[in-house]
Amino acid sequence: MDQITSGDVLLFCTLRNERARLPYFIKYYREMGISHFFFVDNGSDDGTSEYLQAQADVSVFYTEHSYKRSRYGVDWLQWLQRRFGHGHWCLTVDADEFLVYPYCDTRSIKALTDWLDASSVRSFGSIMLDMYPKGPISSAVYCEGEDPLKIAGWFDSGNYMIERNNYYWNLWIQGGPRARHFFAEDPKRAPALNKIPLVKWDRRYAYVSSTHMLLPRGLNLVYDQLGGEKTSGCLLHAKFLSTIEQKSSEELKRNEHFANSHEYKAYHSGLSEDPDLWCKWSEKYINWRQLEILGLMSKGNWA
Amino acid sequence: MSVGFVMLVHEALDRAAQVARHWAEHGKPVVIHVDKRVDGPTFEYFKGKLNDLGNVRFSERHACEWGNWSIVAATQSACELMLDSFPEVGHVYLASGSCMPLRPIQELQTYLDKRPRTDFIESVTTDEVDWTVGGLDQERFTLRFPFSWKKQRRLFDRYVDLQRRLKLTRRIPDGLTPHLGSQWWCLTRRTLSAILQDPRREEFDRYFKRVWIPDESYFQTLSRLYSTKIESRSLTLSKFDFQGKPHVFYDDHLQLLRRSDCFVARKIWPKAERLYRDFLAPEARALTMAEPNPLKIDRLFGRATERRTRGRAGLYMQGRFPNEGWENGKTSGRYSVFEGFTDLFADFEAWIARRTGNRVHGNLFAKDRVYFAGGDSVYNGAISDSAVLRDYNPGAFLTNLIWNTRGEHQCFQFGPADDQKITEFMATDRNAHISVISGAWAIPLFHSNQNFADLRKVAAQLQRIEAAHLDLLRMGKTKARVRIWSLAEFIENPMENLQTILDEIGGIGQRRLTEVPMMADLSGFGQFLQNLKNQGMSPHLMGDFPVIEDTSEKPKGSRPRLVK
Repeated sequence: MDQITSGDVLLFCTLRNERARLPYFIKYYREMGISHFFFVDNGSDDGTSEYLQAQADVSVFYTEHSYKRSRYGVDWLQWLQRRFGHGHWCLTVDADEFLVYPYCDTRSIKALTDWLDASSVRSFGSIMLDMYPKGPISSAVYCEGEDPLKIAGWFDSGNYMIERNNYYWNLWIQGGPRARHFFAEDPKRAPALNKIPLVKWDRRYAYVSSTHMLLPRGLNLVYDQLGGEKTSGCLLHAKFLSTIEQKSSEELKRNEHFANSHEYKAYHSGLSEDPDLWCKWSEKYINWRQLEILGLMSKGNWA
Repeated sequence: MSVGFVMLVHEALDRAAQVARHWAEHGKPVVIHVDKRVDGPTFEYFKGKLNDLGNVRFSERHACEWGNWSIVAATQSACELMLDSFPEVGHVYLASGSCMPLRPIQELQTYLDKRPRTDFIESVTTDEVDWTVGGLDQERFTLRFPFSWKKQRRLFDRYVDLQRRLKLTRRIPDGLTPHLGSQWWCLTRRTLSAILQDPRREEFDRYFKRVWIPDESYFQTLSRLYSTKIESRSLTLSKFDFQGKPHVFYDDHLQLLRRSDCFVARKIWPKAERLYRDFLAPEARALTMAEPNPLKIDRLFGRATERRTRGRAGLYMQGRFPNEGWENGKTSGRYSVFEGFTDLFADFEAWIARRTGNRVHGNLFAKDRVYFAGGDSVYNGAISDSAVLRDYNPGAFLTNLIWNTRGEHQCFQFGPADDQKITEFMATDRNAHISVISGAWAIPLFHSNQNFADLRKVAAQLQRIEAAHLDLLRMGKTKARVRIWSLAEFIENPMENLQTILDEIGGIGQRRLTEVPMMADLSGFGQFLQNLKNQGMSPHLMGDFPVIEDTSEKPKGSRPRLVK
């Protein structure tokens, strides 16, 4: 923590038993230009904390308290962000979320945050894209260190539904394979895919619900309302790998998730059938330019 | 004669030092102004990095704030130092710490040597510019600006308003015609020294101290008094975006910058390692004498501004969610909606697909499911055929479908038995082409075997729904292209009507019709409507059908005659 200097971009993450995913996750974000990682380990017993402690650019905090009662980890991270994030660009993601922004193959995240600073922009929006394998989920076996997007490399390109939340001013986005497969009869409960993961933090700021929206609510205006496009990214969500079936039954037992773990219940009943989310219109992930052409993200006026 | 560089530096000092060294080591004098707000130790460190170079000087330091006089004052003292210390300097090139030379210094020198009397300074009258921040152009010169635009925006705006209301103006000194232009110029010693040694300089300075953003007007205006030859353009490639902030160059712009043949570019991202490595490397290529040509870069940035201000029509996403009326097109392309056609023509879908080569769907908004072309359960973009998902946000369903099939023309069927929520969206969408044969829904009822009392109920309900739908299509704010025939009207001249529709869609169906769809048998239809009337319902949307058959001699299931 002492190594953090002004201008550093920091990453914040809550996790539990994600030992296998960590090496690639940390590598991915290190290469993107993240200077320091903050993790809250919620009672892992698979060596997660030990692994993190061995990393020079990582600070890890351990708790066995309730994930649910900390508003799904938001409160824990909130405290860390307040304490260490003030004045920094802070990226808040889960261990299975991979940020993609315009030019991310040639420009570091620092280039993006410098540009956002110069444009007087304080927050950066993205849509969460659920990634899945071709074939049953159980067939996508993940090995430590691997790029999960090589195994779960497919996504839905154009079935997202957007509404504006008139109270918090954020967009509410639903859709993708989860809406298509698990919530086709009850779309209102399909998970929210709108995310604002990157924020020039100020100690007065707070995430309201996961990283879907913030206060003060002006931070949620990451979209243009007069027809233009604001620069935005995608959060590739590599959740649907061979570990998820076990994970969802474990999470279901803990009942520590949002809306009485409704999401996990739906997955679990769906997942126990080992579904194949792939369809002939699924799109194979190539790079950010593909996502920009598909209209899932935008360069805006960053050239 | 030599060119001398005046550099205004306030951040990324390491990079500025690197560029200054590059110029100095190539024998070009450099005078650097470092913003007074850079702290002492940092300044000393910066100075230390360059102290082995005999032709680098540091000028008197001013605290610079964007938009006010201090930047001009800094430029003046640095230029005076340049002209006094380096008598061999013929042109003075004003640059910033985030500028970078793109071409060997010798090429710039040769270019200037060939134009010894030319001043390169963008200088246009206020009537000609449309790029000013805050919309102030002429008023920059006639109002007063005691408040900071960046830090005291509200006071700034209010004070401007007040002066406008009270019609307070300042007098522009005699003989001056205000000109504006890029801050980055290259002036001859003759012009520059004439400006700096002008007997009226005190008067001019006093005036410009109260002008807003004088660094874009002081030299631009005064050089008009003395220069014998002004090339109104900057030798520095520097583009501003729609917010008035400079575009930044990164490593991935390398080829673009190289091909631009500009002499100097700004602003370079300080961490663009590759750009600094490549462009500051000792000359590795033969000298060229190409004219600067920033066209490609202009286009790149032009597109970026277009994307930021107008966006892609018909796209709804995390970065673009236009308010109603601001969409620049609610959908991304034209599409055709057919109502009643499949009731009148049994093989209509296949027929129109053949005639136009377009994608033809069934009833996309049917109550039970989405009938995609070919009966697919998932469609382009992984859109589901679930009616529940579709009805959850029908507008998103349609805009997604049209967006996902960009480059194709979608056709689909619609009718009163479908979910109606989408009607208003389609009616107000300029891209929708809606063709309606009203009352045609009665034909399948007529052919069905249902109990007559049930038929009557269904007919009444369908008629009510269709009537409301037609009202919506006829309302004032309708933007769709709508064509409505009653059934009776349509069958009077079906071929001509079909031809009209095909002509409108365009595509491959341009020729005269040679093949027509199979029309349903309507013998006895007039009597059927009369029976509905007798039962107390009033079928009116289909137009007038005589009860007495006049077409009874026609064979059943006939194809209508071709219009020759």
